[in-house]
Amino acid sequence: MTVRKNQAALTPEEKRAFTNALLELKRTGRYDRFVTTHNGFIMSDTDSGDRVGHRSPSFLPWHRRFLLEFEAALQAVDASVSIPYWDWTADRTTRSSLWAADFLGGTGRARDGQVMDGPFAYATGKWEVTVRVDGRNYLRRALGEGVAQLPTKAEVDAVLAMPVYDMAPWNSSSNGFRNNLEGWRGANLHNRVHVWVGGQMATGVSPNDPVFWMHHAFIDKLWADWQAKHPQSPYLPAAGTANVVDLRDTMRPWNDVTPADMLDHRRFYAFDAEPAAAASQR
Amino acid sequence: MNKITRRQALGTTAGALTVLGIAGATAHAAATDSRAATTPAGTVDEVYQGRRIQIAPGTGGGHHGGHHSPGLPTVRIDGRELHVMQNADGTWISVVNHYETFADPTSLARAAVRELQGSQLAPMQMGGMA
Repeated sequence: MTVRKNQAALTPEEKRAFTNALLELKRTGRYDRFVTTHNGFIMSDTDSGDRVGHRSPSFLPWHRRFLLEFEAALQAVDASVSIPYWDWTADRTTRSSLWAADFLGGTGRARDGQVMDGPFAYATGKWEVTVRVDGRNYLRRALGEGVAQLPTKAEVDAVLAMPVYDMAPWNSSSNGFRNNLEGWRGANLHNRVHVWVGGQMATGVSPNDPVFWMHHAFIDKLWADWQAKHPQSPYLPAAGTANVVDLRDTMRPWNDVTPADMLDHRRFYAFDAEPAAAASQR
Repeated sequence: MNKITRRQALGTTAGALTVLGIAGATAHAAATDSRAATTPAGTVDEVYQGRRIQIAPGTGGGHHGGHHSPGLPTVRIDGRELHVMQNADGTWISVVNHYETFADPTSLARAAVRELQGSQLAPMQMGGMA
């Protein structure tokens, strides 16, 4: 059984295995296909039209499925690897071990935002950004420049307390848990973290930065935490909603998986710290 | 592409042109500012930090430069189109600043110029992932 761990608790060997698997997916071209898929949805998901991956109720099950597919690709390289999660309420400074040269490398240099250390620095020759929105082919970051502070534990807890999964009009203007977690409303959780990292993470081709997966693994964990707090609160909407993925509608691009299939993460993996209420409720 | 436009030749600064662009979006400004009558409301053509920003307002059923949503403005930086999107609350995002909202297309385009640091936009590629 795959166990997703807090990145702060990884051993040096686990960090090395994870980064090596990323580099191998990059080398074979598999990695960049995930970036292309993500950007395609970023550009086509709209508030007034069809929306699947973002700004809609299926933001959470879509990314759960997307990460599962990515994790399976990593495990085809190294079966011991799982996607770590980055709890940015706890590891919230540029001095976190996450950004050390033995893991993801640090922020970009002032002149052009280029990441200069770690396994994903351009000079290694192993991490050229090929799926991009502009001419720059090197990984960039600007940690803490686009916005000063990452979300706090208190801000996360306030969103986890929201009892309703999502609400009409099921888009970026909705109230409810999903949109407050996604960040178009309220304190701004998920979106703000993308802006805080900067560089490609702030763009539609955000999966170019490996921290994308660790950010979304934590967002995914927060969904599990929310389910544990609100065991009677279902995914919404249930059926018959135009332009929106209802509970039993299939999701593009896979077309064979529904939000209902994604509700229980324990079919696929466990977290190192499972939400306490989950075991007793299900 | 780099020829000086008539409006740039008027000697207005980038800032003044932007004021024109934003003010042109209101009926009041269009009625009282004779220059606004020469271009559609919402039109912007300015040089910002050395980059040319051009914004052509969307038209009801129109189809601009290959983007998929009729009614959206076409935003260009040095002639390359920037993919933009309007949120339900009226704010704007672009593919370059996708997780941060802006009040209007001009501030969106200026943020893109700052983010690009001189780099050219890549040709826009729509999803095709359906």
